[in-house]
Amino acid sequence: MDFTHDTIVAISKSWGLFYLIGFSICVIVYTFLPSNRKRFESAEREIFDKEDGPWK
Amino acid sequence: MGQLTSGERDLAGLVLVFMAVIGIAMAAMGGMEPLGIHGVMVLLCSVGLLFVLMSSAFGPAPDPARLSKYYDDPIKVGVGFTLAWAIFGMFIGVWAAAQLAWPSLNFDTSWASFGRIRPAHTSGVIFGFGGNALITTSYHVVQRTSRARLADQFSPWFVLLGFNLFCLIAVSGYFLGVTQSKEYAEAEWYADIWLVVVWVAYFVLYVRTLARRKEPHIYVANWYYMAFILVVAILHIVNNLAVPISFTQAKSYTIWAGVQDSMVQWWYGHNAVAFFLTAGFLAMLYYYLPKRAERPIFSYRLSILSFWGITFFYMWAGSHHLHYTALPHWVQNLGMTFSVMLLVPSWASAGNALLTLNGAWHKVRDDATLRFIMMAAFFYGLSTFEGSFLAIRPVNSLSHYTDWTVGHVHAGALGWVAMITFGSLYTLVPSIWKRQRMYSATLVEVHFWLALVGTLIYVFAMWNSGIIQGLMWRTYSEDNALVYSFVDTLVAMYPYYIARAFGGLLFLIGAVVASYNVWMTVRSPSPAPSPAGDDLPIGEHSATVPSAAE
Repeated sequence: MDFTHDTIVAISKSWGLFYLIGFSICVIVYTFLPSNRKRFESAEREIFDKEDGPWK
Repeated sequence: MGQLTSGERDLAGLVLVFMAVIGIAMAAMGGMEPLGIHGVMVLLCSVGLLFVLMSSAFGPAPDPARLSKYYDDPIKVGVGFTLAWAIFGMFIGVWAAAQLAWPSLNFDTSWASFGRIRPAHTSGVIFGFGGNALITTSYHVVQRTSRARLADQFSPWFVLLGFNLFCLIAVSGYFLGVTQSKEYAEAEWYADIWLVVVWVAYFVLYVRTLARRKEPHIYVANWYYMAFILVVAILHIVNNLAVPISFTQAKSYTIWAGVQDSMVQWWYGHNAVAFFLTAGFLAMLYYYLPKRAERPIFSYRLSILSFWGITFFYMWAGSHHLHYTALPHWVQNLGMTFSVMLLVPSWASAGNALLTLNGAWHKVRDDATLRFIMMAAFFYGLSTFEGSFLAIRPVNSLSHYTDWTVGHVHAGALGWVAMITFGSLYTLVPSIWKRQRMYSATLVEVHFWLALVGTLIYVFAMWNSGIIQGLMWRTYSEDNALVYSFVDTLVAMYPYYIARAFGGLLFLIGAVVASYNVWMTVRSPSPAPSPAGDDLPIGEHSATVPSAAE
């Protein structure tokens, strides 16, 4: 198969769409996965920890 | 420098000697050409730093206790660089604006002609001011959110000083007439190669520091900084692929041809806005806003969704800069569609920021620093809406090539980027220097109003001027001839050019006030004991000394 400009265009117009949709689904699953709830909630609050030094 | 281990001092010395040799080689090959002048500058910077290094190289080895503290020395120097570049870049901007109103301000010299000082302004503020602000705050945020010290003591300096050397070579080159003629990527091949080296070191430092983290989860601000570092590297390398005409000359030619060159340039140009001027500054927003407001971010999950939205969508938006050109129509449509879709994650971020302030509006009223951050989120929402709107092809037919674009960019640059930076600096400076607060809250207040009024004057002037300009360019008489000559449009622009220069001047004065305030904060007598209930992290060494809160 010739790898021409048209090939690239065809790939962009088809798979370009599908991989973006696939990516989006992965992100939504990651964001709302119930097991991630705890780490997100703690991340939200951890930055207020007053200790000003690296942890051992 | 005292904190560098002996191995790091040796490494720093070797790097500086190597740089000095490169400087001599450039100077020898370039002669009196710009490359030769840059060689001398590289030599002088390296030798100067070598002296600084030598002055403490044989001092005692660093105290092992340093490892139980964050490494903040490069942050302190970075704050200085940030403010120095802010004043320089904004001064050149006011000068360039004044030249448009009064062209004789180029004093009939080549180095001060508009075409040369304009890139000096854009590189000065974007890379000098913005870049230093990003590097500086990223060192602060990554350590605090990871609960880990920077991975070593050498590479933070290499990245900070190396980046400033790049800025210096780039900006001085423009005055000498060196340019690739690519907007926001004007610096020539040798400066570009140097930036790649610095940037890879930055990426490695950031990843190594994250790898040392004690927090299980990487806080979202670090995601934005990582996106900024990684994508800017990719953009910079691809857009600057070029062949120098000779190793003894500054001039090079890009490997991209014709419309592909345009597409690569605006893929770079728009993503520079996205990942340099947005992602990194959103990182500041997601750290300094909750810290200053003392409220967790409204929705952490929303911040994750908008992170991926912004990184996915922005990549495709660049072609909206090339409407009505030889670029294939479907690529223009793609850019337009993604630009419109971008409004969703952008407004999600802006909304997330403003909703975080719900319940803290009294603090916004009382604290000018938090007001800077709030106003930044507001202008972020405003300019992303405007950006999506301007990317629509028929709107673009009116706005493109007019001052409207300039107004849009400055709503983002002044209202969003600069305001979030100053809000972050006013939070960071007292924290790093262990002060209770900035030297003068009144001066922060003065700065806020100078910045806001300056931005509004600037943006309204450019909106008016741009739309008038666009309409005049497309006004036809009954017999299908253009009604206005180009000079007619310039005459119509004149009052707006003056207003714009004035708005920019106010913003510049604000930056000078900020620098004075930071300087006085640093100079003010040292550590007021940390008060309980302060919104700043408490220094380990002072945590045992309680005192009355303000």
